Amino acid sequence: MSQSAPVAADERVKSEPFLTKLMKRPELGAMAGVVLVFIFFAITADSSMFTLAGVMNFMTPAAQLGILAIGAALLMIGGEFDLSIGSMVAFSGLFFGVCVVTWQLPLIAAIPMTFVFAAMVGAINGNIVIRSGLPSFIVTLAFLFILRGLSLVGLKMATGGSTQLRGVRDATENDWLAPFFSGEAFGSLFAWLAEKGVIDTFKSGAPKVPGIPVEILWFIVMALAATYVLLRTPAGNWIFASGGDKTAASNSGVPVNRVKVSLFMLTACCAALVAIITVMDAGSTDARRGFQKEFEAIIAAVIGGCLLTGGYGSAIGAFFGSIIFGMVVIGLTYTDFDQDWFQVFLGAMLLIAVLFNNAIRKRVTGER
Amino acid sequence: MTEDTKFHHGDATDAAPIVEMKNIEKHFGNIIALAGVSFDVKPGECHCLLGDNGAGKSTFIKTMSGVHKPTKGEIYFEGKPLHFDTPRDAMEAGIATVFQDLAMIPLMSVTRNFFMGREPTKGKGLLKRFDVEQANEVCMEEMRKMGINLRGPDQAVGTLSGGERQTVAIARAVYFGAKILILDEPTSALGVRQTSNVLATIDRVRSQGVGVVFISHNVRHALAVGDRFTVLNRGKTLGTAKRGDITPEELQDLMAGGQEMAELEGSLGGTV
Repeated sequence: MSQSAPVAADERVKSEPFLTKLMKRPELGAMAGVVLVFIFFAITADSSMFTLAGVMNFMTPAAQLGILAIGAALLMIGGEFDLSIGSMVAFSGLFFGVCVVTWQLPLIAAIPMTFVFAAMVGAINGNIVIRSGLPSFIVTLAFLFILRGLSLVGLKMATGGSTQLRGVRDATENDWLAPFFSGEAFGSLFAWLAEKGVIDTFKSGAPKVPGIPVEILWFIVMALAATYVLLRTPAGNWIFASGGDKTAASNSGVPVNRVKVSLFMLTACCAALVAIITVMDAGSTDARRGFQKEFEAIIAAVIGGCLLTGGYGSAIGAFFGSIIFGMVVIGLTYTDFDQDWFQVFLGAMLLIAVLFNNAIRKRVTGER
Repeated sequence: MTEDTKFHHGDATDAAPIVEMKNIEKHFGNIIALAGVSFDVKPGECHCLLGDNGAGKSTFIKTMSGVHKPTKGEIYFEGKPLHFDTPRDAMEAGIATVFQDLAMIPLMSVTRNFFMGREPTKGKGLLKRFDVEQANEVCMEEMRKMGINLRGPDQAVGTLSGGERQTVAIARAVYFGAKILILDEPTSALGVRQTSNVLATIDRVRSQGVGVVFISHNVRHALAVGDRFTVLNRGKTLGTAKRGDITPEELQDLMAGGQEMAELEGSLGGTV
């Protein structure tokens, strides 16, 4: 009896209007947020905010945060938190600085070493969380302080008492790998566009925007890659499953522990990437690097639709969440508002996002 | 039998059993949970395991699905003696258990749940990816076979009813090649209509040649689909009866252990 006669549609299931379907996308909130924030600044801010130079201006901090937020979003979907990523930026920045300045290593050695180092710290974080069964919130809160403290102590040891390690620019300036991690990309394209009069130039004829800052490219590539992994690979399904219900997932054959430890390692590597980019950009590293970035990254992920309980969210959402962040931070300088409104704005956004996400989750699961 | 049901019932009396368990004993320290239980499942039949709370049903199915190792007794799988060291071994041999908590994630779509841990892929190397189109197609088709019309493959499991979730779990086990399907009280938390849906699902699965072990303490649900009935009481088998050889009242009495139930039933006017 293998009948597959069509089953009559259940008359109690209403067909979904397009809008409801759209409402169920986790990143919708963040996209709506981008539009609202855009409208707000289009009205209140100086018109130069949305010129090419202005856009690059707010996209650069957005990208630096976004790289962290995408890692944090994947980890949150996988059901864990990492509060140590901000400190991790400082710590891997220190390691990277020591590699290139103290040990005089070329970038081809220093960059992979920094990633491996960060991944190891991430693995330690992850293994403690998995093996102890403690909430990752507490374990990584401990690492927030441990890593920040180690960065301070390490910097003093490396520099003989200072909390800033200088000389990164001199050490990396002529390295062939440097253009991938610092400065602007597509310089010649922008020069050509300036010549043709497509983009604004200074009086000297040089373009006002010399190229796209590399972190923006990294940010976009990572958002696309993370989205692809989440939605189109078995690993993505495992991440959702591990965060949704780890018992159910492991009963179904998902290697939950491996998934979670890998995500901790990935998040740490995202912090290392931000460290490398910002240290090379600044030419030095210091102990305050990445300060409070863990909260900003989690806020961006939550604005992007990630649930605090795990199992739901999107990388594209974190992408838009970070852009909202960048627009607000930089945008306020284009307005007459006091810049310190920024924190008020951020907290309010977070609260609205959480309320919104909660409502969405109830819709998705059909809870009443 | 007092009434017949709409199900056609398996007629598998001659077939060799897929799993045969002989004189299984299981001791936990000085507690004897199972004291010699014999049970077998043939392809295409629904064998009901009945028993009141504490009778040893759960211990027994856990022994069958590889969670517990029997203290004494033999297990034959397709005629050969076999030992399961882990639940994974049993699963790979083709014994699938659908537990009450179902191993389903409400926030994820039906397709993602259906293929959780066993995603179909296409492409090679770095391009190896989750074949979402195929997964959606298979999932919709399997659900349709089970009589569930999904709104779409991306519908979240959380929006399904208890009975539908049960059906998804059963369909998943069958799709991934289960020869024996152990259902642990699948109807205990369900309403009337959902129960009949699950019973219909059991009937469909049975007709595909899968042996179903249906654990229940509800005689009416068991009689509706069962081909054979084995009653467990205080860790022992009280015998196996074929459909038609036993009345609901007799089954009820066996489960409860006889006397007290008769007294109770008298005072309640035969409503239990």
